[in-house]
Amino acid sequence: MVPKEPLLQFWGEGLPNMLHGLQISAALAGVSMIIGLPLGLLFCMMVMGRNRVVSTIGLVIVEIGRGMPALIILYLVYFGLPSFGILLESFPSAIIALAWNYSCYCSEIFRAGIQAVPGGQNEAGDALGLDDRITFFYVILPQAFRSIIPALLGQTILLFQDTSLAYTVAVPELMKEAYTYGSTTFQYLRVFVLAGLCYAVVTLPASWITRWLERRLALSY
Amino acid sequence: MEPLLVVLSGLPMTLLITVAAFAIGAVLGIPMALGLRTGIAPVRWIVRLAVDLLRGIPMIVWLFLLKFGLSTPTFRITALEAAIFGLGLISAGYLADIYRGGLQAVPKGQYEAAAALGIPGVVSFFGVIVPQAARIVSPSIATYAIGLLKNSSIASTIAVAEMVFMAQGYAKQNINSVAGVMPYAIAGLLYILLSIPIAMLSRKLDANLRKAVI
Repeated sequence: MVPKEPLLQFWGEGLPNMLHGLQISAALAGVSMIIGLPLGLLFCMMVMGRNRVVSTIGLVIVEIGRGMPALIILYLVYFGLPSFGILLESFPSAIIALAWNYSCYCSEIFRAGIQAVPGGQNEAGDALGLDDRITFFYVILPQAFRSIIPALLGQTILLFQDTSLAYTVAVPELMKEAYTYGSTTFQYLRVFVLAGLCYAVVTLPASWITRWLERRLALSY
Repeated sequence: MEPLLVVLSGLPMTLLITVAAFAIGAVLGIPMALGLRTGIAPVRWIVRLAVDLLRGIPMIVWLFLLKFGLSTPTFRITALEAAIFGLGLISAGYLADIYRGGLQAVPKGQYEAAAALGIPGVVSFFGVIVPQAARIVSPSIATYAIGLLKNSSIASTIAVAEMVFMAQGYAKQNINSVAGVMPYAIAGLLYILLSIPIAMLSRKLDANLRKAVI
């Protein structure tokens, strides 16, 4: 067997490329989040709305987006849309797939949070003569955010992890960089441990903050 | 018709991975949940870190790590073994956290009441606490099982011949035509269809568990 170079030296040589990949992963997650959050709120309002047709359409969008694996959605967008004459590069394809998937989960989180606000709040808003819209945005939503925020953070951590699926459509994100480094050095174990650590550096502190926030927000009731 | 049959030929593998990984996770999650609640701080920290790493590192990284990282000239791990073992470990992490939450949600008075009645620790844990905790966590476990079913699709990236892998093989022969998209759409719908019985089973189980208590 070929003598191996020291672990830290090996990691040091691969790290710059991996960190560049991590930036792409973070960009994927960031853009998907910026698109997915308002979209999730929109879907939620469609599903919860009084109009039957709109709420059915919303429900179908959300249930398909949540029911299919993210990988399938990604393949449908990347390999499927060209058949309908829409050619997309891998990065925007990944954004569309991740944002849709994420927004559907967010929609359910919003809905659960809003439904957890006692019905009396709505009635109180009515009794005070507040407009429905004002009641929703200024009375219900702020209270709902208490249970929504930790759940959204958790979902966003999953979104960040799901960016690794973009590897399959050749987005040069962290996983892709790791695989390239692995296939040139054939030291897959060391490479993927480093890749795992790169993801963990982001997700571990994020999940600790989420848990702390969850406890804090539960306390203040 | 043909794309449907191709995708369906991967169904047994999808089910095998999901069931086997869930079984590993459900069993391995028990000692890990106890580890998350133990009074011995160093043990608790180590188990917490292990659970956080299992949950915080993407599934695809774990699968590649097992598939490509653990193979040596003398020891080979097959793609299926890597998928089952990897998803099983990750499930153990998630389920341990779910179990822990359930145990924590049982009111403290129940532990104290069991102690006051002189019920031995092990009996009170399995006879008093666990049944109540099971009722609390059964919906979360069902949600996780449905998630696991969908995540088993990631095994296709290490060439396990499950539904998505079969769909991919067919799609690649019919690229840039509708036949190149059909298998993915079919596979996607199958995942949605498959998750319905799990949800129904869980609702039934939940209703039964509730009846058993009242």
